[in-house]
Amino acid sequence: MSGEAVVHVPGHYKSAVKPVWCPGCGDFGVLNALAKALARMAVAPEDVAVVSGIGCSSRIPAYTSCYGFHGVHGRALPTGTGLKIARPDLTVIVTGGDGDGYSIGGNHFLHACRRNVDLTYIVMDNRVYGMTKGQPSPTTETHWSSKLAPHGTGLSEFHPMAIALASGANFIARGFTGDPNGLADLIVSAVETPGFSFVEVLSPCVTFRPEQKDWKKIVTPGSFTATDDAAEAARRIFTDDGLHLGVLYAGTRPPYGPPIAPAATVPDWLEEVFSL
Amino acid sequence: MSRKDATLTLAGLMSRACALEAEAAERYAELADQMVAHNNAEVAGLFDKLARIEGLHRDQILRRMGWSAPPEPDAFRWETPEGPETTDYGELHYLMTPWHALKLAEHNERRAAEFFTSLAAADVEDEVRAEAAEMAAEEREHVRLIQEWLAKVQKPDPAWEQDLDPPNVVD
Repeated sequence: MSGEAVVHVPGHYKSAVKPVWCPGCGDFGVLNALAKALARMAVAPEDVAVVSGIGCSSRIPAYTSCYGFHGVHGRALPTGTGLKIARPDLTVIVTGGDGDGYSIGGNHFLHACRRNVDLTYIVMDNRVYGMTKGQPSPTTETHWSSKLAPHGTGLSEFHPMAIALASGANFIARGFTGDPNGLADLIVSAVETPGFSFVEVLSPCVTFRPEQKDWKKIVTPGSFTATDDAAEAARRIFTDDGLHLGVLYAGTRPPYGPPIAPAATVPDWLEEVFSL
Repeated sequence: MSRKDATLTLAGLMSRACALEAEAAERYAELADQMVAHNNAEVAGLFDKLARIEGLHRDQILRRMGWSAPPEPDAFRWETPEGPETTDYGELHYLMTPWHALKLAEHNERRAAEFFTSLAAADVEDEVRAEAAEMAAEEREHVRLIQEWLAKVQKPDPAWEQDLDPPNVVD
């Protein structure tokens, strides 16, 4: 070792595995932003764990050079929570889509916000189940009509930001994949804010929701400056149109964690069991 | 970056130019990979070629400045979401043709020309203004070259997006 400081560039955080997402998919922008954010924080890839559930967006751990865990549908948050408790030295990024996080994993979402463990949850929200051919998801608009849901679902949309605030998330932001640099800023803030940080990302599905290509014309960047006033954050969340970007809330609640960080060493008896 | 930037030095200008070309090259390489993943070999090859060309432009700037590597990427921020010559991920389609890819490249070169033109018109030192004007002229030349290339490429069929075995459910 030369002892020289390692300079991290975004390319260091991408693996040799090439994404199979549809060309035009917003998730490319999230991968790009995540790599930029980690490079800006100069955290080594081996000190980061990217955990996901199931779905198009949940493929993201394989496309990074960080440690990754492509887990069970909807269970990314419990996995990430357990990992962070066991290895508080790691930067834990949990990723997934709106179906994985708000439907199958909906209950875990509530309690992850409530527990306020120091991790960052990035949800790539395209308001549809893309991997399974376009079924409506919890965030699909009430009247979005498709062959699989003629005339729409008739159901109210899930409101993840309101749920996150009510459940105790310590940091809540909204980003857009068409602005990878702005999204990288949000991810850096999310990781650097102690506690559970939730970043909702508008990520167009060009195959099943081609109309979402127009998001880039109608999103409003830099709409908010962070507030630690939950009432003000609630007002923002309930009065905006879902297309305003920025940090809606950054609280001061101390994160949950064990009083004494567990050692990352393996006990001797366990090492003996697994010795070759 | 402000259009009235009296603090912009020649090195600052060239670091922006270098980043512009490097980002464009990286993005074209990514887009080539996307096309490979979707069996669109013709467009993949074209994006690969564009990536090499932009990489050569980056290397020219490095040689000219005597730099061994691009300057720190975070030394400045673009006013636009990404660099002026960087293709928006959202503009891709798995059935796109070389004509579509070249139209994207033309758009990017045009934006780069506008970027350097605006710097040349800004409140900067004379040597910075002259260099920015030269860069703008180079980018305009690239626009012309892409347009020549486009003229040799077949225009897409009106039904180019039609997929007889589409991924989504249709009636």
